Amino acid sequence: MADTAVLERSDVPGPAALPVVDTSIEVGVKVDNVSVIYPNGHVGLSDASFELGGGTICALVGINGSGKSTLFKAIMGFVAPSQGRVLLGGLSPRDAMKRNLVAYVPQSEEVDWNFPVSVEDVVMMGRYGYMGFMRIPSSRDRTKVAEALDRVSMTAYSERQIGELSGGQKKRVFLARALAQESPIILLDEPFTGVDVKTETAIIELMRLLRAGGHMLLVSTHNLGSVPDFCDQVVLIKRTVLAAGPTREVFTQANLEEAFGGVLRHFRLDGSSLHDDDDARGVTVLTDDERPLVFYGNHEPLSREDSDQKPRKDPVDTAKGGSDG
Amino acid sequence: MDELLVPFAYDYMFKAMWVSALVGGVCAFLSAYLMLKGWSLMGDALAHSVVPGVAVAYAIKVPYALGAFVAGLLAALGMAFVRHQTRLREDAIIGLVFTTFFAAGLLLVSLNPTSVNVQTIIFGNILGISDEDALQVVIISVVSFVILFLKWKDLMVVFFDESHARSIGLPTGALKVLFFTLLSACTVAALQTVGACLVIAMVVTPGATAYLLCDRFDRLLIVSVTIGAATSFIGAYLSYFIDGATGGVIVTLQTLLFIVTFYLAPKHGVWAARRRATAAGASVSAREVP
Repeated sequence: MADTAVLERSDVPGPAALPVVDTSIEVGVKVDNVSVIYPNGHVGLSDASFELGGGTICALVGINGSGKSTLFKAIMGFVAPSQGRVLLGGLSPRDAMKRNLVAYVPQSEEVDWNFPVSVEDVVMMGRYGYMGFMRIPSSRDRTKVAEALDRVSMTAYSERQIGELSGGQKKRVFLARALAQESPIILLDEPFTGVDVKTETAIIELMRLLRAGGHMLLVSTHNLGSVPDFCDQVVLIKRTVLAAGPTREVFTQANLEEAFGGVLRHFRLDGSSLHDDDDARGVTVLTDDERPLVFYGNHEPLSREDSDQKPRKDPVDTAKGGSDG
Repeated sequence: MDELLVPFAYDYMFKAMWVSALVGGVCAFLSAYLMLKGWSLMGDALAHSVVPGVAVAYAIKVPYALGAFVAGLLAALGMAFVRHQTRLREDAIIGLVFTTFFAAGLLLVSLNPTSVNVQTIIFGNILGISDEDALQVVIISVVSFVILFLKWKDLMVVFFDESHARSIGLPTGALKVLFFTLLSACTVAALQTVGACLVIAMVVTPGATAYLLCDRFDRLLIVSVTIGAATSFIGAYLSYFIDGATGGVIVTLQTLLFIVTFYLAPKHGVWAARRRATAAGASVSAREVP
């Protein structure tokens, strides 16, 4: 498939209007003291609590196996909490799903790319919740699909089988599906794994637009360096919620070191290796194999470096695993 | 020429051809899903798992399709249960469950040898099918067809992306149970035409062949069902002339079609791949010339 994989990429977003959430809908996620214990006795999550409202991009940050997937599953109603509850816009996950309140953008590793469906078929699946018993699309459904494809600049590829796309294009197809679904709450599982910086920037741009339109986005990511750049809220997770709140307060060096407990690669430069004078400040670089997170100074959360100009590998989508069982 | 029309003159042949086509079509419908999910061996497992049900049904004198269906359903649910509760892999679970059922079936038959004609279960007997059995098969197939026709899109979403299926409010668990119920029912129907040994071909080969020809699921379904129905009809017809087992003829036809497709499919066939490789090689060497 090498002949079709390398394709011209155009920029997201397209010209369609700003996606806005209907103001009559209550947008928000409330995770209330949730514990999840799997049938084999494994504790996926214990006493996790946080609350998020509309117009938010929240990063879900933690090591592999910290319970990010479990939390997503609990929010989706895939696993039933053994304690506590999840409310989506004031409803149980089951009722919220029936009203199309939640869209889910899966990790690339979860998708069967050999499945015989076209780009358009996948995006149309986002509309199924609005269709009747036999899922026959109306003209409105077709319009929404066309708009969503246009928004992520994938209109030209709508007839392609999904396996014939590049890593970034694959991601955009599933973003388009979430757009077509018109859900106020959007869960994104590792949206930046296996995409190039250009697509990453485009995805972030689209997420900002959605936030401006009143959506609530919950993004699990390893990409620590980008978090302060586009997330206004952070939930740090390690079997439970370590900290949750505005990025400025939560995304601190001390909190991150607690969440990652030595898993992150950690570099510190200070003293004579950094300054020629007696400046006491140092640079700390935290990285989880994605864009590094840089702290400079006396443990204050600072703005991140301008890493867009740094060369970065663009891994093939299948080459990199980022799942957290 | 008249000789070729002879099978149509016999009621039993007429019945055999149409019933086979119906069963072949509906099994092919299911094969499109099974093959994509890597669950192809489920069909084989179910076909072997129904044997104890058949033995018990004969012993207590209830319709044999009913016994087979209950056993098949129990086996399918058993596999789902073990999968949910352990981290064993799919193939290990299938192997474990179906051999258990098959062994239990053979044991029952050997303890009560006069009750069941093992031959009929294992090789099928569509040419000698009774009117009652034929009616059972037709009802199972038609009901399954109608349900699949109404719900094929929901099943497709569940098989393609279960998280998304859930996010649009689909009852994913219920749909999977529905699918395996249909699979059990159609396996029982196919026992009559090709027998337990060859049911696996009916629920794999048409879908696999269609997959090499199609990149869209709706077309894949149409091609698969057409292949399944046509090969079954023609297979039953041919078995009159060559005096061979109907199941053997049907599955041989399906396999021949697969082999032809495997080589000649316009996009995913072996030839097409070679042509592309050659073309790519040619363009590379053309560029190398200064």
